[in-house]
Amino acid sequence: MDLTGPYDPTVDYPEGPAIAEIAGAGDIKPWRPLHVSRRNFLRGVVCSGIVIGGSSYLFSTATPARADARGVERMMSLTVNGRTHHVDVAPNETLGYTVRYRLGLTGTKIGCNQAECGACTVMADGQTIYSCSTLTHRMRGKDIITVEGIAAADGTLHPVQQAFIDELAPQCGFCTPGQVVAGVALLNSNPNPTEEEARVAMSGNLCRCGAYEHYLRGVMKAAREI
Amino acid sequence: MAYRLIGNDFTPPDVEAKVTGSAKYAEDFRADGMVHVKFFGSPMPHARVKAIDADEAMKIPGFVAVLLPEEVKQPDVTGFPILTSEPKYHGQPIVAVAAETEQAAADAVAALKVDLEMLPFVVDPLDSLRPGGINALEGGNISGRGVDFGELKWTGKVFAAAAEDELPRGETPIEWSFGDVEAGFAEAAVVVEDSFVHATNSHHAMEPRSAAAFWENGKCHVWGSTQSTSFAQPGLARLIGIELKDLVFVAEFCGGGFGGKGASYPLMALPALMSKKLGGRPCHMRVSRAEEYANGMARSGFQGWTKLGFASDGRITAADIFVVQDLGPTTGFPDFNNVGNAFSIVFQPPNMRFRAVPVLTNTVPKGPQRGPGENQTANMFEPLIDKAAKELGLDRVAIREVNAPGNGGVGAKIGAKQGPLTSAFLKEALTQGAETFGWAERSANSGMRTGPKARGYGVASAYHSAGSSGFDGLVRITPDGILHVHTGVGNLGTYSYGSTSRVAAEVLGYDWDRVVIERGGTAKHIPFNLGQFGSNTSFTMSRTNYVAAMDAKAKLLDIAVSAHGGSPDDYELSDEKIVRKSDMGVVMTFAEAAQMAIDMGDSYAGHVLPEDIHEMTRASAMAIAGTGLVGVAKDTIPKDGTAPALTASFVEVDVDLETGGIEILDFLTVSDCGIVNHPTGLAAQSRGGAVMGFGLALTERHVYDPAYGIPNAVSFYHGKPLSYLDVPLTTQWGAVNLPDPQNPMGIRGVGEPLQGSASAALLCAISDALGGHLFNRIPVVSDMIVNAAAGQPQSHKPLATNTV
Repeated sequence: MDLTGPYDPTVDYPEGPAIAEIAGAGDIKPWRPLHVSRRNFLRGVVCSGIVIGGSSYLFSTATPARADARGVERMMSLTVNGRTHHVDVAPNETLGYTVRYRLGLTGTKIGCNQAECGACTVMADGQTIYSCSTLTHRMRGKDIITVEGIAAADGTLHPVQQAFIDELAPQCGFCTPGQVVAGVALLNSNPNPTEEEARVAMSGNLCRCGAYEHYLRGVMKAAREI
Repeated sequence: MAYRLIGNDFTPPDVEAKVTGSAKYAEDFRADGMVHVKFFGSPMPHARVKAIDADEAMKIPGFVAVLLPEEVKQPDVTGFPILTSEPKYHGQPIVAVAAETEQAAADAVAALKVDLEMLPFVVDPLDSLRPGGINALEGGNISGRGVDFGELKWTGKVFAAAAEDELPRGETPIEWSFGDVEAGFAEAAVVVEDSFVHATNSHHAMEPRSAAAFWENGKCHVWGSTQSTSFAQPGLARLIGIELKDLVFVAEFCGGGFGGKGASYPLMALPALMSKKLGGRPCHMRVSRAEEYANGMARSGFQGWTKLGFASDGRITAADIFVVQDLGPTTGFPDFNNVGNAFSIVFQPPNMRFRAVPVLTNTVPKGPQRGPGENQTANMFEPLIDKAAKELGLDRVAIREVNAPGNGGVGAKIGAKQGPLTSAFLKEALTQGAETFGWAERSANSGMRTGPKARGYGVASAYHSAGSSGFDGLVRITPDGILHVHTGVGNLGTYSYGSTSRVAAEVLGYDWDRVVIERGGTAKHIPFNLGQFGSNTSFTMSRTNYVAAMDAKAKLLDIAVSAHGGSPDDYELSDEKIVRKSDMGVVMTFAEAAQMAIDMGDSYAGHVLPEDIHEMTRASAMAIAGTGLVGVAKDTIPKDGTAPALTASFVEVDVDLETGGIEILDFLTVSDCGIVNHPTGLAAQSRGGAVMGFGLALTERHVYDPAYGIPNAVSFYHGKPLSYLDVPLTTQWGAVNLPDPQNPMGIRGVGEPLQGSASAALLCAISDALGGHLFNRIPVVSDMIVNAAAGQPQSHKPLATNTV
């Protein structure tokens, strides 16, 4: 079995770099990179909303010719941050995985992958959900907002984002995208929350750095400014 | 002296990326042709691999390669291997698989047939010390820094001589003392003697230790999650088996470390080694939460005993301390050492004996966690100080003030060798905190009942060493006049990479908006800095940036001399210009001087470098040579003694005697951290440290099933870090704000003790609410409180670990 060679013989590969010297092993074959830059391709996809099904070898979850039912992907329409994407999605695939690995929206973080921490929080029709524990196929017809969709199109930060900066709320920052989405969702539904209401609304988002007080100050500050 | 930047807030340049989601962590790495790596973790706590059959795994569509333990470097028996054929804890990586998709990699791991022979295991250190007790590793049960790997068993007599709730005390590999301990006890008015247990607990970093790597043109590129951009690199290069110059490292963000990602670690090297096998193909490894629990290290637990003597005024006359450290299955971290040091500095005993034995167990590998040893010390000993205060009829702040180092640290000492401190103001922090908190008035309400709730008050101190010397600084002024501060400090979330960079700007008189911080990886040409850990960054790297900026300043003045004559003393720096002192006339802008530096070459532009800088700094300086005026130097400023970070915390709490619930009503911490460089940064660390501390006191613990050696705490839920709903809406912070004389700016810094004094103060407050009941076990979980309130026995055996 060829363990290291091209994994899709239909693709035209350019010559890769000479790897043999650094590989340091006898029968290791050089891999050859795809000529399409993943980053550029993703940028095109994310910006234009073109169909990305059929390019599944690029997006890492496809398992072509799998006998396992998990590998049978179906194309679906997924509306994320106002753009509709047509993506091939496996039946067991979570929304967190889809946005991170198929749409290149890595702002959404996977902290626990089991609905405990909230780092993966996104909005679906305005409601906060844990994207790590939501099947993508169930999001058909929903309007998904990730952290990348919070700031205005011209880059102007949402008041919650600006207030988090002003209050130095993020520390390590890994939970921050979830905190931002949770804070924005709260203010969308309750523009003038009490501190206690804000605390409850944010309580699905863990912060190991313990920056809760600074996030809460940020939410309350943003509420005053909206 | 008034500073322009030091002591003022600023917006760290990376924080916007954190709120927009554009910040790239290790798991956000993507590359053409990337494959996914997963590993098979041991299902047993201790085993030997007899055979690995990958035939079925290879049939999984998308399978690419398998990496076996014999294909990676193996450390000594107590080392921490990347892959192993003798797993020593549940979940330890044995064999890794690469596949086209993450699903295929997972399927291939599931299809591996790993034939394991189960070996004896032990999860409680005392069990291993018993006669005939099991050794966690073949051939021995003790190790640790400064402790040779070997076997240590205590006699049955030792165990029989100890009461059920008393720690047996046999031979120990670590023992030191100073003064006359017996004479100290003889003069004591009160002697407190107790045994205690401190649980292990997970670091709970929100970002698991995912990593990615590829090879290109003979260099290995790694994206890793680490607290320390510079300091992680030499170890990572060793793990991969390459020279430092052949490593290209990217670590712009770290999603939480708390000591568990202090530098490099074995899993960080796994994608690099798989990539090497695949001819350099990009490899991405997403570590799951369960894998993070198994391999992400944990704080060491302790079983301990102590006897403390106090004079009638509360002054400690003697301390005898004995601790057994749960070391995990590797050399681990010398938390035990830090117990002795921390006690000796916080309480300044005139006579002290310290004994310790680090014992190997088949549990998650132990690493440093925020205040490793020091914070357990606060939790284990502070409630005993309260016990003594009660017996002596003393106020609980007063008994701490009489023992604490203060007055700048005059006469204060630390550790076995009773070395000096750079400065210390813990006594002042206690006094200031008590006044701000209103301790005297409020603590009169101790024990006040409101329905089922009882009010309690607690005060406690904590310590961590907070500074080092001997690292390098590197700055550059480019011909556009911009100051570039190159820093190898990691981005853990304290923003001290930024606050210490401001020292260079302060020295050169720069406006902050004309400074660029170059950080985040090898490509930024960073100097060799100490790691972003151990409360040290503020002290250590304000010194490195100071010496680099002073070098740049000297070069600026030299350039003025070469252009306009005279001597350096004839000129000074003002508003990013060089001016003549005599008439304050501008002779040159920094931008013009930077261009002149390039033209003059030599050391001005970084072509000639100091002999004493680290090879990493040398390579970085050579890379930027000729692009501007280069300031580069090793920190050789004298440093005599231990730079301490010290804190005093105050807690008001309501304890529900029916449910065991805790409501923290008010909290204050006061830091002795030299001159406060970044006030909001200190506020964030004070509050965040407290939240971590409250969790350490109340909920966080690892639990291993003693029958099967497998972990029962494998998610956030099981060893719960506290949430928005568990902590007060507002808390208070403060600082003594007195300078450390051994830092050019008076800066010291603080990180760890902010957790330790908060957790210990909370433990003291809970005991206070319960009329002084001592649990002598951390964490104090709700059922322990209910049992204590009801006068019922606890469900755990005294001194047992892994209790639920």
